[in-house]
Amino acid sequence: MLTHLPILQVIVPLLAAPLCLMLDGSRFVWAFALLASLLAGVISGLLLWQVETGGTLSYALGGWQAPIGIEYRIDLLSAYLLLIVSAMGTLVLLGAYRSVNKELAAGARTYFYVAYLLCLAGLLGIVAAGDAFNVFVFLEISSLGSYILISLGRDRRALWAAFQYLVVGTIGATFILIGVGFLYAMTGTLNMMDLAQRIPSVSESTTVLVAFTFLVVGVCLKLAMFPLHVWLPNAYAFAPSIATAFLAASATKVAVYLLFRFSFGVFGVALTESILPLQEVFIGLGLAGVFVASLVAISQHNIKRMLAYSSVAQIGYMIIGYGLDSQAGTTAALLHLFNHALMKAALFMALAAVVYHHGSVLLKDLAGLGTTMPWTAAALVGGGLSLIGVPLTVGFISKWYLVQAALEQDLWWLALLIVVGSLLAIVYVWRMIEPMYFAPASSDRPRSVGNTPEAPRSLLLVIWILVAANLYFGIDTRLPVGIAEAAAQQIFGVRF
Amino acid sequence: MWITELPSFVYFYLGALLLPLLPGKARNVLLLLIPLLSGVFLWQLPEGNHWQTTLLGFELTPFYTDRLSVLFGYVFHIAAFIAIVYALHVRDLLQQVASLLYAGSALGAVFSGDLLSLFVFWEMLAVTSVFLVFARRTERAYRAGMRYLTIQVVSGLLLLVGVILHAQVTGSLRFEWIGLEQEGPAAIAGWLIFIAFGIKCAFPLLHTWLTDAYPEATPTGTIFLSAFTTKVAVYALARGYAGTDLLIYIGALMTCFPIFYAVIENDLRRVLAYSLINQVGFMVVGIGIGTALALNGAVAHAFNDVIFKGLLFMSMGAVLHMTGKINGSELGGLYKSMPKTTILCLVGAASISAFPLFSGFVSKSMVMSAALANDHHIIWLMLLFASAGVFHHAGIKIPYFAFFAHDSGIRTTEPPTNMLIAMTIAAVLCVAIGAYPQMLYSLLPFELGYSPYDATHVLAQTQLLFFSALAFVWLNLRGMYPPELPSVNLDAEWLYRHLLPRLLQRIMRRFWAVDALLRQCLKRGLVLFGDHLHTYSGPQGILAKTWPTGRVVFWVAVILALFLVLSLF
Repeated sequence: MLTHLPILQVIVPLLAAPLCLMLDGSRFVWAFALLASLLAGVISGLLLWQVETGGTLSYALGGWQAPIGIEYRIDLLSAYLLLIVSAMGTLVLLGAYRSVNKELAAGARTYFYVAYLLCLAGLLGIVAAGDAFNVFVFLEISSLGSYILISLGRDRRALWAAFQYLVVGTIGATFILIGVGFLYAMTGTLNMMDLAQRIPSVSESTTVLVAFTFLVVGVCLKLAMFPLHVWLPNAYAFAPSIATAFLAASATKVAVYLLFRFSFGVFGVALTESILPLQEVFIGLGLAGVFVASLVAISQHNIKRMLAYSSVAQIGYMIIGYGLDSQAGTTAALLHLFNHALMKAALFMALAAVVYHHGSVLLKDLAGLGTTMPWTAAALVGGGLSLIGVPLTVGFISKWYLVQAALEQDLWWLALLIVVGSLLAIVYVWRMIEPMYFAPASSDRPRSVGNTPEAPRSLLLVIWILVAANLYFGIDTRLPVGIAEAAAQQIFGVRF
Repeated sequence: MWITELPSFVYFYLGALLLPLLPGKARNVLLLLIPLLSGVFLWQLPEGNHWQTTLLGFELTPFYTDRLSVLFGYVFHIAAFIAIVYALHVRDLLQQVASLLYAGSALGAVFSGDLLSLFVFWEMLAVTSVFLVFARRTERAYRAGMRYLTIQVVSGLLLLVGVILHAQVTGSLRFEWIGLEQEGPAAIAGWLIFIAFGIKCAFPLLHTWLTDAYPEATPTGTIFLSAFTTKVAVYALARGYAGTDLLIYIGALMTCFPIFYAVIENDLRRVLAYSLINQVGFMVVGIGIGTALALNGAVAHAFNDVIFKGLLFMSMGAVLHMTGKINGSELGGLYKSMPKTTILCLVGAASISAFPLFSGFVSKSMVMSAALANDHHIIWLMLLFASAGVFHHAGIKIPYFAFFAHDSGIRTTEPPTNMLIAMTIAAVLCVAIGAYPQMLYSLLPFELGYSPYDATHVLAQTQLLFFSALAFVWLNLRGMYPPELPSVNLDAEWLYRHLLPRLLQRIMRRFWAVDALLRQCLKRGLVLFGDHLHTYSGPQGILAKTWPTGRVVFWVAVILALFLVLSLF
């Protein structure tokens, strides 16, 4: 059983998705989906443990060995991502029930859970797959799942946002397919390990360079790198709250993983460096992302949209870490991957609680939240502090490593700009805190049914688990830092 | 670790957590107990590292004591105790919790053995203290508080960048001498940390937060504010930048420039805020000279300043509390109804003016002697001028306009007993330290056989004081004071400018004009920049609007083309 974990990781949520359709009543569907994702979470924990003790796992699907058959390959980096994705998927789903019932029409709920599981399976598949074509297939599965999730939002603009994401996402996936196709044409293999071995011998050819470019641009579209981020704010803002929390915590993270996997794992560090002036291009785009998206976030009225722009800014930090093109930079980016998942999941889940009562999350809806929903408001403050990067939160840890990585290369201006970027985060987080604690609650606000103005307990539980994780991993950094450092070392270890 | 060996800030933070759970009376008991217990525990503690831990591969020492930090620890405990007694009548949980956290953060900062802990408490100081300003609960105080918070947070961020850079270069986070003399990135780290300290220390041009926010805080909150923030910065400079020549000139400037502002200021608490900068200037000069005598003087002056400046702020706070007014033009003649407060205020005024037998004298003279001993003659003259100036605006102007001058007709009573007790404690300390300076000297970082009561010091200081007083009286007799018209309240500031000799006035007017112009330009520039930015990033701006899909795809093509060009050529 234990040897089959790599495939079970993907197959459990994938099979659970259609099974949901056979169940009646949204409570059962939710419980079943939760069970499936919980299983996936346990499997990912076991996988991480296996990889840490026994080294990289290779699983041949159906017994067909690697070059011919499909290989699932779990190294430390994949195990780490699997854990992030499945843990976030489970936690978000744990708090989802009341919020989904409130936001979605009765007929749509089952489809929501189906799409959710499909998306989860796709994301896990991308990370587990050891061959480039399967990555594309799972990317499409997860994307289709997320288009459905977004279009289920009750705001009619959700349809439009989902459609735009569909067009842009399909272009991105096509680019990735073109890249994979070119690579196949040049090397005759799709397996990533084989690709990594054969590419150096053909690295002079223009086709490989073009393949690389298509792959990177395609992935950058999926991870919403500035200026390819335009699909993201609307998709996040108008999707159901739970879907936003899930996608923000996992989908872009997996895309960032792909960027590292393809450029450093498949093409190799040396080749990647020779193809693109990484530092100039990616640090530039990353910084532009941080500043432009933060500035835009400052003047948003819809908090969900504001945090979506903040996500674009945070992705900018990861891109900077990628652009630094060093072990320290990679460590910082991988660490921020984990930490950002924690903070955005916490914040978006807290927003789900606000939506639960007020129906929307405009700035004015937050007025007086500190007294009407003290726990939710406190969670927003906690997540916000983490987003800024206050010491003793995870945000500080990732900023610290990123600044260290920048200083290692004597880029002190970059370090300064990173810190100034956090200053902008203070502004938009403060815009959220100010109405909560300094504005009186408006009396004409529509009251929800039950008399308790605080969020449902199941939702609060999840929110506070996430906030506590933000604090815990800000102090005890062994798990994420240890894995991120080891994974970065695996990537850069072969380099001389 | 025993319960008595915990870091001092832990008691204050725990107290702040417990406070909301207690009923009214018990709260007061707890408030009084915390500084007392924590102070006694600190007194019992030997020097050295008391708590070490590792974070991110760096050795951290969040609780480290030596002679320098312990002295600040003592005075912070005294200040916290006095301020708590002074605020006992306040029934505002927000202020009580904020002031405990604030005092605890100050203690945490001076006992930080490493730069990262220092940064954490540096930011905590900013975040907790701002609530003492917000607690006034006026729009004006809210805005002043936000400006204050912004500047303080910027100081913290500069510190953070400097610390990270410093750690990168030296490989250690230990808070030791840093200095400005290194090369390369170490120099940048040194300067960043220096500026961060400078902001909290109210260096010239970086001082505006102090005179802006302190007078807007609650009457009791200002006492806390005046004691901690700047003194933490003085401590940090003394540890990190002792003997940096630049500090001598900055400090001398700090002693002189606030005098001009203080003289024309009408809000008496703002006058005190300016004189706070002036006194901190003396300490900065002492740190800059960096000899044992000078450092002793700087530290001793910080100790005394916390107490006598607290006393002056308390007396003005009492006036504000009882009359609701604080502008010099609206007050006067209060000695009839507040005789005790008047006497206590006079003790504070005598201390800040460095009358022999009062505390200011025994420490200020050390800095002045050190300046002379190291041949800083011009600096010495500037300090002399500043001494005369502080006597004028803090020693005479404050008590004169509040308690004497023309009778404003206000009839009130003495402030509540707890306020009087707090002021009495401070006044007793002022006189005790002035009369028995050895008590303070034995605590100083360096052993010195220094005695302030020799003929030259006493004579020089007495001469200075008498001639300043003479000048004041002469100006008064020559009618350069505003006539006591019934319409005094109409334009108070205009009258104050007449306090200055007319010649000076003309120079100053030009100075104000330039000053105002500069401020205006800067402000307009900032506003224009903000507006400009908003046209792009605002909700309707090109960056924030929802783009049509076509344009998104266009950008995809652009990036693809860019990457292709970059990779192929």
